[in-house]
Amino acid sequence: MATESAAVEFRIDRRSGVATYLQIVQQTKQALRLGVLEPGDRLPTAREVVEATAINPNTVLKAYRELEREGLVEARRGLGTFVRRTLGGAPDATAADAPLRTELADWARRARAAGLEKDDVGALFTAVLDSTYSTNGTDPVGRSHKGDQKR
Amino acid sequence: MTGVAIEAHGLGKTYGRRGGGHRALHDCSFRLPAGRVCALVGPNGAGKSTLLNLAAGLDRPGAGSLAVLGSTEPAAVRDRIAYVAQDKPLYPQLTVADTLWAGAELNPGRWDRATADRIAGTLPRTARVRTLSGGQRTRLALALALGKRPELMLLDEPMADLDPLARHELMGALMAETAEHGTTIVMSSHILTELEGACDYLLFVDGGRVRLGGEAEDIVDAHALLTGQARDLAPHTVVESRTTGRQLTALVRKEGPVDTAAWAVTQPSLEELLLAHLRSPDAPPLLTPSASAGVRAEGVSA
Repeated sequence: MATESAAVEFRIDRRSGVATYLQIVQQTKQALRLGVLEPGDRLPTAREVVEATAINPNTVLKAYRELEREGLVEARRGLGTFVRRTLGGAPDATAADAPLRTELADWARRARAAGLEKDDVGALFTAVLDSTYSTNGTDPVGRSHKGDQKR
Repeated sequence: MTGVAIEAHGLGKTYGRRGGGHRALHDCSFRLPAGRVCALVGPNGAGKSTLLNLAAGLDRPGAGSLAVLGSTEPAAVRDRIAYVAQDKPLYPQLTVADTLWAGAELNPGRWDRATADRIAGTLPRTARVRTLSGGQRTRLALALALGKRPELMLLDEPMADLDPLARHELMGALMAETAEHGTTIVMSSHILTELEGACDYLLFVDGGRVRLGGEAEDIVDAHALLTGQARDLAPHTVVESRTTGRQLTALVRKEGPVDTAAWAVTQPSLEELLLAHLRSPDAPPLLTPSASAGVRAEGVSA
């Protein structure tokens, strides 16, 4: 098999209600956003994933096809599946000391000080996020999630 | 991966005296494409073990025909099949090491020693089989089955004796085997959740026939759970319905688009689907196109 070890591993939560292949897609995207995965990195082979998670190999291949369709990874015959590009407009925006992150951390502290529970903050954040991003409709990431929540 | 692993036409098997015997399988028709991981599920006494026995060539059908790996004589292709029966038959007086050695001797040219050793794992090699626990015996039986490097694995209740950790590990080993070699795997269980996630194909056997067969995803997609004010459910095929006051809850097989203005629609889980069918023995069978055996297939829709 491949000589170099894969850059990430997947956690499958069977009770989450999210289709298994979608969990792999989402975790890969999350890793891309956080810079855990970079262009050139190899994703684990289907064999490696199923040996660790005991899920069906076709589920892994379906997830990789989806990632490939979105142009995030590419399959190289006999070598494996490799990351083509990162996600997120500004790659540095998620770094620990990035200005946006610092501001958000400040805001979260103020919300807590104002007596908001974690769930309240989550709901508030989601609501603002939804209204902000629905106005320009340029989120290519969210599209594939519809109607796929359960298997 | 384009071939057919198992194909049955009007398969029947009766145990005991003619006329007064027990019909384990009756007019059972289906097809299992090669390379699939298939959950063979159904209640106790549904005919699961009988079906596996016939596919392994250990018994002959009383009626109909059965082709396994392209051969109408399953016993003739036994060297390409691994069968782990429910009671994990092994030689009790042999040691673990003897058993693995016998596996190598009995499968010349195919034996994969590394895989067999890896699956046997920490089993004490000098221990006699009769001193092993049920779970350890299962592990050894699976080591033999995987070491044989078969094209078709028939596993009858393979996970029943295993603790959760061993179950996860061995299921992972089976999935790795099929990922690498395209091995077709049939696993029976009466507990679906044990197999969900690992299997992409389903054969639901009940009363000696296949009631649901095909890609697990497609079978689920063909159904819907409807909730709303009690009214006519046509044109959909009702598998099960329940009325509470004015509210009707129904599990239907979709025949055309569902009126989402009239019904709250959710997708049932595979388990809900099987339970509904178990409670409704008269629901018509559903075989997806890939699971329909040749020309005699009936009740096909998708």
